[in-house]
Amino acid sequence: MSIRMTLSTAGRILRQLVHDRRTIALVVAVPALLLVLLRYVMDSQPHIFQSVGLSMLGVFPFISMFLVTSVAMLRERTSGTLERALTTPVHKFDLICGYALAFTLAAVVQSVIASAVAYWWLDLDTDGPAWLVIVIAAANAVLGLALGLFASAFANTEFQAVQFMPAIVLPQVLLCGLIWPRDQMADWLEKISDVLPLTYAVDALGEVGSHSDATRTLWWDLAIVAGCAVAALILGAATLRRRTA
Amino acid sequence: MTTAIDIESLDIRRGRRPVLRGVTCRVGVGSVTGLLGPSGSGKTTLMRAIVGVQKIRAGRITVLGSPAGHRRLRRRLGYVTQSPSVYPDLSVYANVRYFASLFAAGAAASRSAIAEVGLTDASRQLVGNLSGGQRARVSLACALIARPELLILDEPTVGQDPVLRDDLWQHFHRLAAAGTTLLVSSHVMDEAARCQRLLLIREGRLVADDTPAALREATGTADLEQAFLHIIRELEGK
Repeated sequence: MSIRMTLSTAGRILRQLVHDRRTIALVVAVPALLLVLLRYVMDSQPHIFQSVGLSMLGVFPFISMFLVTSVAMLRERTSGTLERALTTPVHKFDLICGYALAFTLAAVVQSVIASAVAYWWLDLDTDGPAWLVIVIAAANAVLGLALGLFASAFANTEFQAVQFMPAIVLPQVLLCGLIWPRDQMADWLEKISDVLPLTYAVDALGEVGSHSDATRTLWWDLAIVAGCAVAALILGAATLRRRTA
Repeated sequence: MTTAIDIESLDIRRGRRPVLRGVTCRVGVGSVTGLLGPSGSGKTTLMRAIVGVQKIRAGRITVLGSPAGHRRLRRRLGYVTQSPSVYPDLSVYANVRYFASLFAAGAAASRSAIAEVGLTDASRQLVGNLSGGQRARVSLACALIARPELLILDEPTVGQDPVLRDDLWQHFHRLAAAGTTLLVSSHVMDEAARCQRLLLIREGRLVADDTPAALREATGTADLEQAFLHIIRELEGK
């Protein structure tokens, strides 16, 4: 592996993103706008927004980085640029870390803006500091992009890649405790949600909401999310083959 | 002649369909070898096998002394695919600069690779806004940047105007004179005449492996198109 190649890959991906102004606008603005929407949907019960809005700050980077990465990676696979890169001295982990670095940066920008809107305009109030929210959002972004990278291996077209979002991402959103408390789900669903990484991300955000300092539970949750992200990145790397039939 | 590519009884299948059958040939260092054959004859598959991105069923390929696909070869080999594999949402310069970084080459080398394919004036333009022929040249520049010892070019001159095609061929010969080995596929016969050696494949089999002059002489024909027709008819007559 080489840091230089990882950085130049990340730089190349960010440069591609810069040329796509509309995608940047959508990635950056849509989560903030959806939070505004959510806040006024719950206008009569603002205290519910305090927990749901906070959880959404973790869910957005997960969803959008899954989508962006699965389509970007599919393009690399179908246009031949991935195969070409793999005939050069670059290591596949350089490529994957380049992707992780570039899109995590994009996710941090996204969550800084969404958090700013949530805290200053929508009166989100957490006992813990906002920077922890950003850290959890960044970990979720890595998780989302790692799963997107992996999913792109099973799609032949962009249509298929996008359809993996409801298949892989939405069940985690439904089961993570955001829509309905996990202890009130059917037993078997609660058990499934115990092994889904997004559950721990939402739990970590709950900890930030109710504790002024980072708790042991929060670090433990964060470690689980990061561990799953690394595992998904390794799975994703296994789908980058130098030699194909 | 030192051997750059040595292929022995190569068999490749895609699914159940045989794509290459018993291909055996050698390509010498510092030569321009033309790989000719109709579309679907197995040219691209043979090139992919030499580059080491194609799974093979049987046979042996040695490239610059190492088995095809060996990691030692990644620095020494350049491959340009038929459809340009470059990033349409980056400028010409950004594309070349990215591939340069993978070979530890710098900005000056990137600019000279762009100049070699005649795209200096377009280097700030987005590749997505260029013509098909220009995109193919960007793809070529991304391979030239590595100063590879072996260049595998899959139909590099398709869609280029005659002047540019001539420039590119002169450049290929300059590279060969400096010691680079080039394997160039084409389906245009006037390009075949510009190669030092020709490999003709048809339906997955190597049907001719000789110099253009020897092929013309052996078949008693004046041009290569006729020579190839002669060879194919003879094979089918058997």
